[in-house]
Amino acid sequence: MAKENLIKLSSLEKDYTNEEVVTNVLKGIDLEITQGEFVAIMGPSGSGKSTLMHIMGFLDKPTSGQYLFKGKDVSNLTDDELAEIRNEEVGFIFQAFNLLQRTSVYDNVRLPLTYSSKKFDKNKVIEAIKAVGLYHRLNNLSNQLSGGEKQRVAIARSLVNDPSIIFADEPTGNLDSKSGKQIMEILQDLNEHGKTIILVTHEKYTAEHAARIIKIVDGEIVDDYQVKERLIARMEKDLTK
Amino acid sequence: MELTSSLRIALAGLKSKKTRTFLTMLGIIIGISSVIMIISVGAGAQSLILNQIKSLGSNLIAIYPGASQESGPPPSVFGSANTSLKISDLEALKNYQNVPNVVAITYYVRGSATMTRQDNEFNGTFVATTADYPEVHDIPVAEGRFLDQEEEKNLAKVVVLGATVKTELFGDEEALGQMIKIKKHQFRVIGVMAKKGTSGFENQDNYVFIPVSTGQKIMLGIDYVSLARIKINSSDNVNQAVDDIKAVLRQQHHLDAKELDDFTIRAQAQAIEIFSSITDALTYFLAAIAAISLLVGGIGIMNIMLISVTERTREIGLRKAIGAKRKNILSQFLIESIAVTLLGGIIGIIFGILVSFLVALIARWLGYNWDFVISVSAVFISCSISIMVGLFFGLYPAFKASELNPIEALQYE
Repeated sequence: MAKENLIKLSSLEKDYTNEEVVTNVLKGIDLEITQGEFVAIMGPSGSGKSTLMHIMGFLDKPTSGQYLFKGKDVSNLTDDELAEIRNEEVGFIFQAFNLLQRTSVYDNVRLPLTYSSKKFDKNKVIEAIKAVGLYHRLNNLSNQLSGGEKQRVAIARSLVNDPSIIFADEPTGNLDSKSGKQIMEILQDLNEHGKTIILVTHEKYTAEHAARIIKIVDGEIVDDYQVKERLIARMEKDLTK
Repeated sequence: MELTSSLRIALAGLKSKKTRTFLTMLGIIIGISSVIMIISVGAGAQSLILNQIKSLGSNLIAIYPGASQESGPPPSVFGSANTSLKISDLEALKNYQNVPNVVAITYYVRGSATMTRQDNEFNGTFVATTADYPEVHDIPVAEGRFLDQEEEKNLAKVVVLGATVKTELFGDEEALGQMIKIKKHQFRVIGVMAKKGTSGFENQDNYVFIPVSTGQKIMLGIDYVSLARIKINSSDNVNQAVDDIKAVLRQQHHLDAKELDDFTIRAQAQAIEIFSSITDALTYFLAAIAAISLLVGGIGIMNIMLISVTERTREIGLRKAIGAKRKNILSQFLIESIAVTLLGGIIGIIFGILVSFLVALIARWLGYNWDFVISVSAVFISCSISIMVGLFFGLYPAFKASELNPIEALQYE
C-alpha cells in the first residue's frame, strides 16, 4: 500500500536572533513523514526538537529551506493562513494539558470548532470524548479532573477537528506512570486507526512506543530508525467501554 | 467565527471571575447612575419651578420699580428699595385707551408683622393690595369676601386672612366679623382665603391681605408700591401689552428719549425661559462632573483587562495554537470589556432610575409639585457611552492579547 507523503522538509533551518546574537537552532533538516506513521522525535533539551515540532505544527516559520505539507509549499504563509491550517489539519497535546480553567470537558473539547469555518456538529465533540473514554465526565469542570483525565481531554480536543496529524509534546511528562501508560495506549490506538502521530520526548521509554525514532542533537538529525521491539501500552480494562 | 460564540466565550470568561467583574463594573455603574440621576432630578427640579411659574399664569406681566438688565433679575432682588412706582402710574395703566389688553391690575406693598387675637399669635406677612388681587393671582375667597374698591382707597381697617393664619388665630372658630391686631392696629376680618399651598418661593396661606392705602399710610408710611401684576386678556397679546405699558410708564415718569427706563417689566414667559436656561446649564454641568467617574471607571476596566490578558497568556497561546486568528482574540477581549461596561451601564441606568423615582416620591410626599422625568435620550446616550468606554478602554488590552506569539504564550509561566 503506497502511503502518501504528508510532510517533506528540505534543508530546513531556523535561526533565533536575540539582542543581535543569532542562534542557529535547526541546521538543515531533511525529513519525510508519511501518512499513518507514529514518529517520536527524541533529543536532549535545547536540541531543537521543540522548534522542529513548532515548525511542522505551523506554530512557527522556518528561516530558510522548504516545508511541503501534503505536497503544498507552506514555508511562507501568513499568520492567519497558518492559524487556519492549525485549525483544520493539526491537533496539539501539551505537557501541561492547557485546558481552559473552570470549563466543562465538553466546552474544552469543543473549543477548536469555535474557530472553524465548518458548520458546528455536536456529535463530533461527543465522539471525540467517547474516543478517550470520558463520556461519563462530559459536564465535569476541568479542575475536577485528575492529571491523566486532563490529558485525555486534551487528546479529545486535538481529535475533534479530525486532523491529519497530531503533535504530542511530552504528553506524559506531568503524569504518573499509570496515567502515562493510558495516554500512550490511546495514542497507539489512534495510530492504529490511521492517525499520523508525532511525539516529542526526551525519554527513551516513551519514545519506544512509537514505530520510528528520530534523534536530534544540536539542531541536526543524528539518527532515524524503525523501532524493532516496540512497546505496546495495554491497560487491564478497555477505556473506551 | 460567529459573534454568538465570541459572546459565549467572553461571558464564560466573565462568569468565572464574578467578584472581579462586579468590582470592575462598579465604576461604570456609579458613573452612569449618577448621570441618569442628575439629569432626572434636574428635570424634576426644573419642572417644579416651571410648574410654579406657570401656575401664576402665562398671561401675567410684572412691573418692578427700578431699572435692570434685559434678562437679569429685578433690582429688588438685591435688596435696594426703589420708590419709582406709584399708584398714579398704575391708575394710568387702567385706562383702556392706554393699554387695551389689560384685564386686571393689582399692586402691593408688603411687610412682616405679628398678628394677635386674644392669646393667639402668628408671625406672618401682610400684603397691602387692591381688590383685583384674587382675580390676578387666581386664588378664590373661601369665606366672606375680598377687599372692595372703596376699602382699597379709604384706609379701611379690614383684613382677609390666609388659610394658615385663620387656623392659627381662630382654630375652628368663626373668624368673620371678629377683630385681630396687626402691629397694634385693630382690623376686622371680612374674609378667609382658600388654601393654596406653596407657590413659587412663597406660601400665600401665611399672608393676610389689607387695603393698599392702609398698608402704605398706616402700617409703613410710604407712597410707592413694590410690585404690580397685570393680567392680560390673552398670552398672545403679552408682547403688545409690554410695549404699551412701557410707553405709558415712560410718559408718567417724564423720561425723555435718552433716559433709560426706571422700571422693569417682566412677562412670565420670560421668567420661564430664564429659569429653564439656568436649570439646564446646572444640570448639564453636574452631569459632566458625574461623567468624569465614567472616565475613572474606564481606566479601571483597562487595568483589569490588562491583568486578565497577562493571567490568561497560556489560554491565549492555546487558542492561537488550535486555530484562533488575531481577530478572534481581539474580538474576544473587546467583547469582554464591552460586556462589562454595557452590563454596568444597564445596572447603572436601572439604579439611577430607581433613585430618581425615590427622589420624586419623597418630593411629592413633601408636597412639591415634582414630576418624575426620565429622558429616553439620556438612557440611550448612557448605553452608547458605556459601549464606547468598553470599546475605547478595551482596545489596547485586546490588541496586546491578539499580538501574542503562540509559542511564547504557551510557555508563559
